[in-house]
Amino acid sequence: MSQALTERGLSDTAMAASIPAPEGAGAPNYTVTPKRTPDGSLEGDLLEISMGPQHPSTHGVFRMDVVLEGERVARLKPVFGYLHRNHEKIGENTTYLGSMPYTDRLDYFCSLTNNWAYALTVEKLAGLQAPERAEYIRVITAELTRLQNHISLVGFLLQDMGASGTPLMYAFRERETILDLFESLTGARMMCNYMRFGGCRCDLPPGWLEQAKQVVGEFPRFLDEFEALLTGNEILMSRTQGVGCLPPDLAVNASVTGPMLRASGVNYDVRKVDQYGIYDRFSFRVPLGEHGDVYDRYMVRILEMRESLKILQQALRDIPEGPILDPRAKLRGFRPKPGEAYGRIEAPKGELGFYLISDGTPNPYRYRVRPPSFINLTILEDMCLGHHVADVVIILGSVDIVMGEVDR
Amino acid sequence: MTSPMLGEGILKGLAETARNFLGSYVKEDRLVTVQYPEERLPQTEAARNFPFLVYDADNWQKGLRCVACLICEKECPPQCIYIVKDTVRKPDHTGKLQFQPKVFDIDISVCMSCQICVEVCPFDAIKMDVEYELSTSDRFGSLLLRKEQLAKSNDYYRKVHPAEAADVDARLGAEKARAAKVKATAATKPAAGPSPAPPPAVA
Repeated sequence: MSQALTERGLSDTAMAASIPAPEGAGAPNYTVTPKRTPDGSLEGDLLEISMGPQHPSTHGVFRMDVVLEGERVARLKPVFGYLHRNHEKIGENTTYLGSMPYTDRLDYFCSLTNNWAYALTVEKLAGLQAPERAEYIRVITAELTRLQNHISLVGFLLQDMGASGTPLMYAFRERETILDLFESLTGARMMCNYMRFGGCRCDLPPGWLEQAKQVVGEFPRFLDEFEALLTGNEILMSRTQGVGCLPPDLAVNASVTGPMLRASGVNYDVRKVDQYGIYDRFSFRVPLGEHGDVYDRYMVRILEMRESLKILQQALRDIPEGPILDPRAKLRGFRPKPGEAYGRIEAPKGELGFYLISDGTPNPYRYRVRPPSFINLTILEDMCLGHHVADVVIILGSVDIVMGEVDR
Repeated sequence: MTSPMLGEGILKGLAETARNFLGSYVKEDRLVTVQYPEERLPQTEAARNFPFLVYDADNWQKGLRCVACLICEKECPPQCIYIVKDTVRKPDHTGKLQFQPKVFDIDISVCMSCQICVEVCPFDAIKMDVEYELSTSDRFGSLLLRKEQLAKSNDYYRKVHPAEAADVDARLGAEKARAAKVKATAATKPAAGPSPAPPPAVA
């Protein structure tokens, strides 16, 4: 672990002994209440600007209504819905299977975890059980998804910070090796549509496991290089440390999940809490942050990738032979018994949940998605108040949003 | 900060970029760019893009495996398939009377390449193509593929998905052999035993 890291008190077992936050951490006690004159304009030196939806740093069509006093943020209102495409309503009007390819398009970086969350919920609803091998394949693909999501997130975060190109290109170079694995397994790099209710669509092609082992074996070397490039970098540290602090109680109250919550020091990982699938068989640790600032969020993701690699090594070693689909699973004419189910997994961005109500017809009566990045985005203002406009961009980058999931 | 910043991290980072830059001259894994279109990566067995219809033998109209059962049209999530079933049975390439699609259109501007039509087809008639250079200047007409554009031979299927096509061929061959056996036993049976049970009445 690098010097900078231990100094920051980041531990990957539990919350380390409390280390005081660096000086000037957190948003300064900064309260400005914008008042409006009768004609609607702002009083004083306040300036209202609209960042987005075409702003290149907003990771998609996302808009922020920002009230600025000089360079500092006095108010911030996230505006979303530009990519809304009726995902939930479409889900209620197609068959259960028909919604599977649509879930790919929620968080289009992590289609395989979306598939898994949906398949898990329908399996709960219909009482199906994926066979052993399918569970292993699911864990392997989900952890590979986590790797490529986190690595590209770090690349984008650095892009937002002004390191234009280099870290992102290195990240994408490695991501490509994982996407090649996805393509040879599922036929698509991003819109995988791979999981089925009660298993997976097809078995691993010959040679896939060896290729995956090679990718997993080479990844730590790249992570070391990536950390040499970034973790101790003074510019990165001064840009991110103490910026966008999220206190743990606020994070819990706002039902923030995923690496963002853990960066605030709350030990909550659905993989550990629910132990869905076969996650109880793998030994891995949950990295926790200390201050909940952008640097911790960056660091938690780097450490999470190392833990994912551990899970992958165990899963690739232990994967058994066998069937990949529950024999009770039906492709056509699938009608679960009336009832409801909520299934959730630890997606790379946080807790991804699906809530389904079945009324015994081929279509779900209600189809609801709990998207992690949408809920993580709701506390953007609390993190941004008092910071500079340039910091708002990296705070948003560290939340890790994908608009396909936010707007659905 | 607890330690003064002396720029050590930046120098370390610069050494890293230098290693990548210089390494790209000597090491293959540091130089990963593929010079498309001069260079192309081979496609994987599982690659998929848009669906096509498989035909047997060498007549694309008679050999079409599709019997217009409309299952794919119903199951297609974005509903990009449009089929009109023929009103009369026509002989296929083996001479057997079969329903065929009079119209079979796929709007590939709507298709999302999910492969569900392939999975639900009970006749192995629709499969995924791997062609990807499909840009056109005509936004609507050229992206609406008609039956004649969709029909591709089984040899083509064998070329783009060799392992999968071998599986399908084996399965269809086994089915055909079984059907022939059933036919043969049915032909010999009436002489020995009572006539076979009548087909169930249509409700």
